Amino acid sequence: MKLRTIISVIFLALSISSVTHAQLQLNGAGATFPAVIYSKWFDEYKNLTGVQFNYQAIGSGGGIKQITEGTVDFGATDGPMSDQQLAEAKSKQGTDILHIPTVMGAVVVCYNVPNLGKGFNLDGATLADIFLGKITKWNDAAIVKLNPKLNLPNKSIVVAHRSDGSGTTFIFTDYLVKVSKEWETKVGKGTSVNWPVGLGGKGNDGVAGLVKQTEGSIGYVELAYAVKNNIAYANMKNKAGKFVEASFSSVSAAAEGASKDMPADLRVSITDAAGKDSYPISGFTWLLVYKNMKDEAKANSLVKFLKWAMGKGQSFATDLYYAPLPKPIIKICEKNIATITANGNKIK
Amino acid sequence: MKNDEINSEKRNLLKKILSSRNLGDLIFERLTLLFAVSVFLLVVLMGYEMYQGSKISIEKFGWSFLVNSTWDPVQEIYGALPIIYGTVVSSLLALIISLPLSLGVAIFLAEVAPPWLEKPLSFLVELLAGIPSVIYGLWGIFVLVPWIRNSVEPYLSEKLGFLPLFRGAPYGFGLLAAVLILTVMILPIISSISRDVLKSVPRSQREAALALGATKWQSTIIVLRDARPGILGATMLGLGRAIGETMAVTMVIGNRALISPSLFDPSYTMASEIANEFTEATSSMYLSALIQLALVLFVITIIINALARLLVWSMDRKWKTA
Repeated sequence: MKLRTIISVIFLALSISSVTHAQLQLNGAGATFPAVIYSKWFDEYKNLTGVQFNYQAIGSGGGIKQITEGTVDFGATDGPMSDQQLAEAKSKQGTDILHIPTVMGAVVVCYNVPNLGKGFNLDGATLADIFLGKITKWNDAAIVKLNPKLNLPNKSIVVAHRSDGSGTTFIFTDYLVKVSKEWETKVGKGTSVNWPVGLGGKGNDGVAGLVKQTEGSIGYVELAYAVKNNIAYANMKNKAGKFVEASFSSVSAAAEGASKDMPADLRVSITDAAGKDSYPISGFTWLLVYKNMKDEAKANSLVKFLKWAMGKGQSFATDLYYAPLPKPIIKICEKNIATITANGNKIK
Repeated sequence: MKNDEINSEKRNLLKKILSSRNLGDLIFERLTLLFAVSVFLLVVLMGYEMYQGSKISIEKFGWSFLVNSTWDPVQEIYGALPIIYGTVVSSLLALIISLPLSLGVAIFLAEVAPPWLEKPLSFLVELLAGIPSVIYGLWGIFVLVPWIRNSVEPYLSEKLGFLPLFRGAPYGFGLLAAVLILTVMILPIISSISRDVLKSVPRSQREAALALGATKWQSTIIVLRDARPGILGATMLGLGRAIGETMAVTMVIGNRALISPSLFDPSYTMASEIANEFTEATSSMYLSALIQLALVLFVITIIINALARLLVWSMDRKWKTA
């Protein structure tokens, strides 16, 4: 009697789970930075269409690896795949991989100098020298020159950086490479680098904690994190020579400024972008999708979803502290999305 | 000759039992054997998988991985010496500080404390062992590190600044903070196991010692001698936890691969490095180097465990022959 009940319950459970399996589900994995807006998107989109997305925020490295191995339907990354990685994926999966930017983020420079006041200015060369350990005092001539009105103390600078590999570090070092020859040759860019000086903190909160606790420290965190937690950050001098405060609009402006000479595959960094309102330490985060998908039903829903994300989806961005894509970039994205095929056939 | 006879008798008896056993016994025996073998297989498999995963890196760097001190994911040059150094030094220092404290706690609980005090105190010690490491880490960031920065480090550098151990800028974050937090974390493990070991020493030993006119202190020494292998085991478990500890350490150690004589300087450990960088390791060489780091950690753990076994075993033998 009892046994029969148990067995019937098991069968019931199995049949329910097989019903939910019958529903279309797309699996993805990758970057942690956009995970918040992705889960919002997937939730909204499921309510609209019933298509279920399963996204695992395992990091950009994992996202690239999984799409290369073909274990997911889409990947996500904060740093674009290299040519070599793309070639490897193509040889394994027999199709190209498209980079579709979804939203944008920025990295801000935060600091802890008592009684400094508002409007601390920095430029790329000075920032690079600080992180190279060449500028060690807050009242160094280079910093004073940028901030003639501020009261800069004769205090040592303590550098704080991310200890974990992260897209934030990628964007930050990508910027430093562009503005400093010495940084390019000595350190380079990557999700983690061999830092010349400083202390490492795990995650945005780790760096923010280091900066908050250590007088005279300077570090970098995601714009979203700084805004949410009311952290003061420096205005950065952009390519046009203007000091710009990081904000969602100045980040979108950077993408717009960079859009004029953007390659068609959108695998591009937009740090140190042209345009007078561009915030220079900005970057995309990408979804990685196969150009030719094998499962037609999945291809259909993924393309529909991407189109939705480029349209209605963008309106969720600022509420969740991401910068939305500017119009010209969305145009290029839509063009790229239209090239996705299922078994070689165009998707309507 | 006689011994052999007894043995063969025993064997025959065993054979009889074995042949008359029922199916249940057989299944039970095979099942437990399977479990026992699977543990062994798991270890072998783990080692093999890690070796396979780190093949690219092993081929490129070989032994230089262990002695090179540059860890540069951009240039793809990987050397783990400072990270191994940080792991070993932070764990050993923590053990050195923690061991006498833990033994004191254990001796008090097992030998000295009256029952009404022993119960709640033991409970508290065990509670300490159950606190998740991230909580220790948070406590480290908000309580321990500011205290070290504002009080401990200035004091140490003023009084003992002539030693290279206590020089440098007082960041608070660094090797000292990691050592102290590890000390607190392994203390409950070592003390609660040692207490159990001390309690399991037969009462008769104490009574015999006391009957021969030993003082309380002398009888405790005898109990400690009996409990040596167990205490050593507890110490190794503590060391194992210290070496493998990731979260709490990475939150306070400063995460900088550096070999420095000063306790004030930041450092790095293998477990933290792997946890920090694994998710965003995009290139296969990078991933391979991280797995090789895991392999090194794995081997170090095995060596330590083997040494501990060896020590217990040799002590046991000495004890029996004595």
